[in-house]
Amino acid sequence: MIKVVNLHKKFKNLHVLKGISLEVKKGEVLVLIGPSGGGKSTLLKCINRLEEPTSGEIYIGEILITDQKVDINKIRQKVGMVFQLFNLFPHLSVLDNITLAPIKVKKINPELAKEKAYELLKRVGLLDKAKSFPSQLSGGQQQRVAIARALAMEPEVMLFDEPTSSIDPEMTKEVLDVIRQLALEGMTMIIATHEMGFAREVADWVIFLDQGKIIEQGPPSQIFFSPREERTISFLSKIL
Amino acid sequence: MDFNLEIFVEGIPYLLKGAVMTLRLTLISVSIGIILGLILSLGRISKNPVFRYSTGLYIEVIRGTPLLMQLLIIYYALPSIGLNLPAVTAAIVGLSLNSAAYVGEIFRGGIQSIEKGQMEAARSLGMTYFQAMRYIILPQAFRRILPPLTNEFASMLKESSLASTLAVTELLRSGRELVAWKANVFSPFIGVTLFYLIMTIPLTRLSSYLEKRLKKGD
Repeated sequence: MIKVVNLHKKFKNLHVLKGISLEVKKGEVLVLIGPSGGGKSTLLKCINRLEEPTSGEIYIGEILITDQKVDINKIRQKVGMVFQLFNLFPHLSVLDNITLAPIKVKKINPELAKEKAYELLKRVGLLDKAKSFPSQLSGGQQQRVAIARALAMEPEVMLFDEPTSSIDPEMTKEVLDVIRQLALEGMTMIIATHEMGFAREVADWVIFLDQGKIIEQGPPSQIFFSPREERTISFLSKIL
Repeated sequence: MDFNLEIFVEGIPYLLKGAVMTLRLTLISVSIGIILGLILSLGRISKNPVFRYSTGLYIEVIRGTPLLMQLLIIYYALPSIGLNLPAVTAAIVGLSLNSAAYVGEIFRGGIQSIEKGQMEAARSLGMTYFQAMRYIILPQAFRRILPPLTNEFASMLKESSLASTLAVTELLRSGRELVAWKANVFSPFIGVTLFYLIMTIPLTRLSSYLEKRLKKGD
């Protein structure tokens, strides 16, 4: 479903990603762990080309999306993204946040889009907040709306960039539960997170990313219970 | 030469006509300025260096030279290359082109004050750059620039007095004509002053009200 081959990303003199290759099959959950600034966020943003890769190839399905001729707006409709800071649109109601892109981008009938939005709000447990504005919601609620907004485009893949890092600890569960549910339903996902318990539980594959390189990867049982690399061990000992 | 109430009162209808012209010049010029300014601001933040530098140069030139000179060039110099504009049109063209530079910078500041994540979120949903601008960035930026934009109206009300040099009978020129007819300087100019204040004070008040409301809400 997603294939990354020898991906490099440089910001001027800063070499952020140094030859990343990975593959995620349909229905799989890949979890990215590693210290802040290690390249997790940049890697995710390269996968929907919010950041332009410096070199390397990225495939989504059969499509080589690093090809400049590709219509990236079409691709992004299939790749949902959830951000650390939610990035809800503050001037729009919860409902409009969710329906805007389906109506304007996918040209879906507004009534239909609304119906679908209510369905999604029900799914993330926020049916009563449809008319609220983002500033009236807690961090956990905002992030659930952001997930609903991404799902409204009916993506084939979801990317999560530290979805609970700026949420109060007592609110993270409600967000993680929604993501867990998605995993159960077979959504293909890449999740960057510092929630190790959650990572262990939902991941099919874990990649430990540090200083722009994949230091170690494997199934969660290996990474969390018998890591082989010195840096993985030291990172996990600090965070667990 | 003293203040003469009779002359002052007699002058009011005449000054009112001038004030209407001043308002017309201002409204039309700032409106055109807003449209052109929006285009300029998009050029200024564009990734394309040609757009970025050409709009930057335009803004530099307009803001770095006197409006009076710009008006004189449009009215007195352009005819020599065959472009003959009537006085009011020349004034509107000059004031609009000038306003565009200032409004453009106001817009740019407003757009750049919107968090980067907003554009990212919009693009991640498949919106094009222009859809993201139209539905996400500009509506938010517009709320933030309302106070400075209101100020731009107030300052254009005053600056439009320079159109009097192109023989446009706006407020200031109406006052000067009264001065000549009535052989009294003080009374008409007090009227002119009051008319400017009546128009600008509500605008500056509105601007600070909007600013306060923005600080509270946002």
